[in-house]
Amino acid sequence: MKPINFSSFYPDFFVERLENKCIKCKICVKECTYEVHTWDEKKKILKEDHGKCVGCHRCEAMCPTDAIIIKRHPSQFREHHLWNPYFIKNIYKQADKGGVLLSSTGCDLPLKIYFDHLVIDACQVTNPPIDPLREPMELRTYIGSKPEKLEVEKTETGYKLKKALPPLIKLEMPIIFSGMSYGSISLHIHQGLAHAAKELGILYNTGEGGLHSSLYEYKDHIVVQCASGRFGVNVDYLDAGVAIEIKIGQGAKPGIGGHLPGEKVNEEISKTRMIPLGTDALSPAPHHDIYSIEDLKGLIYALKEATDYKKPVFVKVAAVNNIAAIASGIVRAGADAVVIDGVRGGTGAAPTMFRQYVGIPIELAISAVDKRLREEGIRHKTTLIASGGIRCSADVVKAIALGADLVAIGTPLLIAVGCTLCQRCYTGKCPWGIATNNPELIKRLPPEVVYEKVYNLMNGWKSEIKEMLGAMGLNSIESLRSNRDKLRAIGLTKEEMEILEVKHAGE
Amino acid sequence: MWEFIFKDSKDISGCGVSGIINVKGSLIPGDLIIKSITCQEERGNGLGAGFAGYGIYPDFKEFYALHVMAEDKHYLENFERFLFQKVKAIYHEPIPTKKVKTIKNPPIFKRYFVKLELEEQVSPEEEENKLIEMVMYINANLNGVYILSSGKNMGVFKGVGFPEEIAEFFKIDKYQAYIWTAHNRFPTNTPGWWGGAHPFSLLDWSIVHNGEISSYGTNKRYLELFGYKCTLLTDTEVVTYLLDLLIRRHKLPIKLACTALAPPFWIEIERLNEEEKNLIEALRVVYGGALLNGPFAIILAYNGGIVGLTDRVKLRPLVVAKYEDYYYLASEEAAIRTICPNPELIWYPKAGEPVIIEMPMGTIPNQKSYI
Repeated sequence: MKPINFSSFYPDFFVERLENKCIKCKICVKECTYEVHTWDEKKKILKEDHGKCVGCHRCEAMCPTDAIIIKRHPSQFREHHLWNPYFIKNIYKQADKGGVLLSSTGCDLPLKIYFDHLVIDACQVTNPPIDPLREPMELRTYIGSKPEKLEVEKTETGYKLKKALPPLIKLEMPIIFSGMSYGSISLHIHQGLAHAAKELGILYNTGEGGLHSSLYEYKDHIVVQCASGRFGVNVDYLDAGVAIEIKIGQGAKPGIGGHLPGEKVNEEISKTRMIPLGTDALSPAPHHDIYSIEDLKGLIYALKEATDYKKPVFVKVAAVNNIAAIASGIVRAGADAVVIDGVRGGTGAAPTMFRQYVGIPIELAISAVDKRLREEGIRHKTTLIASGGIRCSADVVKAIALGADLVAIGTPLLIAVGCTLCQRCYTGKCPWGIATNNPELIKRLPPEVVYEKVYNLMNGWKSEIKEMLGAMGLNSIESLRSNRDKLRAIGLTKEEMEILEVKHAGE
Repeated sequence: MWEFIFKDSKDISGCGVSGIINVKGSLIPGDLIIKSITCQEERGNGLGAGFAGYGIYPDFKEFYALHVMAEDKHYLENFERFLFQKVKAIYHEPIPTKKVKTIKNPPIFKRYFVKLELEEQVSPEEEENKLIEMVMYINANLNGVYILSSGKNMGVFKGVGFPEEIAEFFKIDKYQAYIWTAHNRFPTNTPGWWGGAHPFSLLDWSIVHNGEISSYGTNKRYLELFGYKCTLLTDTEVVTYLLDLLIRRHKLPIKLACTALAPPFWIEIERLNEEEKNLIEALRVVYGGALLNGPFAIILAYNGGIVGLTDRVKLRPLVVAKYEDYYYLASEEAAIRTICPNPELIWYPKAGEPVIIEMPMGTIPNQKSYI
């Protein structure tokens, strides 16, 4: 008997071809990697298989005559509030194939977005706003552990430090790039991001896929990641950047390891990751040498030892229920920076159940962690980096006012280079040339384009952050840090405002 | 009562400030500071003024002088029962005041010259810490009383009114001091509470301040790390605690403490020599939470010196002048010239550049130096 695939009966998208505009150039056939468009040589017509369309809009964007429109498929199930099409279709998929549902990017549920319930202050009359076009406006940020106080001694001409500061990394703006592995996204993206990080005076993060040999030249702007799979980790790699990040977890899939489908593992990736060609790269859920906080301390110091105590060590965790206590333990274990990734944090591939339902929003997590570290008097010992769901420069400002030192971003960088958030990164077929390693597809996005788009985006955000700071009467980013006075809540409960430590608008 | 001061609304005000020091320790009559501050009448709106004098209690110079304000007798008695368990008061008396027509229902004021009752010998620094702890406890927890100042041989006089009214009320013209500071206030949203006027004081530190600290939320949280509780919601309180932390507890020289509060810009730091660059960079990195952002001009005084400081882009005015052994600081040049018509030197300090004037060591009793 021929197998029945229920999931193929009900397409998500509908490909509308405007026959009066279509010139049958067949660009759509070439551009679509999912084989939605086909050319019928006999009938001399273009055909479309709606069921294969993922909604990436590549064909629509590339069509020279605007003859294609991709829209939601109009076919509807009978309304049911509980059993909406999303759940029905997921059940079909699992019944057809078995296994775990996969998704890409971050959680897409309509959970409350706290950023959208916070508004920013500005000066009026009693203190003057500062104009960044006419006055200096400082965004410089340092990553690393800082002493509680300075000791100085007198010299003939003035004073000097008794002891130099521990290793710190200087950033020219309070934003760094999140770890996205080579493999999950193309080499061209890595090359473009590393180049942009250098020009912007910030940091690019290798993710857990190792560092391609072409990227060693950007060493002053590289964070190398050491995740549970230990892909590509060797001493040259640890020494290749300015900091090392131990990845315990990520917001898209707290509690499980990274997942790179074998389809994406080509020769270069297999070399860089030090794994066989075409095999799934599945990182274990825990680091097999970290089963407790003291083991984490062991790894932090092993990495510091291996790099002569010259580089700050970051620890990245997903925001989960007890994040405040966890972060406090991480700081006490010696982490020079803690990266906290909220439930909205993106991914190239995650089990859908994890992406959707595990973890807490970054806004609440960062505020709770900042508060706890202050209460314990250890806030200065670490740098707090917030990530997961930062969409614009106002989100950056809000995250810093909620207690972060800086933010890390990933998804906005991919959108900047053309990603339309079709959320099918795990297929390795990204028609935009982003989440793929297919040599033909990555040509669609050269490193120079990545560099230019990302540089432009960051420059725009930089100007906007300066404007917002100036409007608040501040000329230096450190005066925004943890400054909850600069935020007011709209439509939040008392409990939420207590956690965020903000007052309601009007108060 | 007086609970409203703890309610969650931040104090916002503009102001005028004045300060005088005689570096030889000669006494300056109160008339002079009154004249200087009243010259800046337009800078206030009658909702707050005050004075701080150093060297005003030579007979009790070894004792902490507590200037206490009470809402009524009952609260004062309650306070005294608490106080006398903690300290030995060698002498106490009402602070002399005069009826002023325009001042309605003032609180009652009393001063106590005290020594801490300690079981064992402690270092002077620990003794000061204990005194600060007591003062902060009283101000935060005892109803209806407030300690305005607590330093040796100094005192703060302040209240709701124009400077000339407050001067008349406290008979400032009857005092002589080797350092004076004064304040005229233009609050925009605070209720007329006498404790909210300046100078703000802790131990022998006193501060008069013109400005609004936009970084208040950051500074407040930074101070909480070190156990300071900001209860008054005034910027001046934050400035006082920051200076106490940096200078007295972290032992930073006063110049560097001022640099931490109003640091140079990174572009300026890049131009310094290597040693200085490292120092100022470290200062900014470690004390970023102490950076006072937003417009301010402050005059800070202590037993032995006076300091003027403005914010890093000088959004509020400050003028300094010198004549013989006298140094003058004020918001406006006119406020100096009205008491010193022909100064030898008069200058407008650059943004963020502290003006530090200390007496030579050994000039006055219990003298402190932070250079």
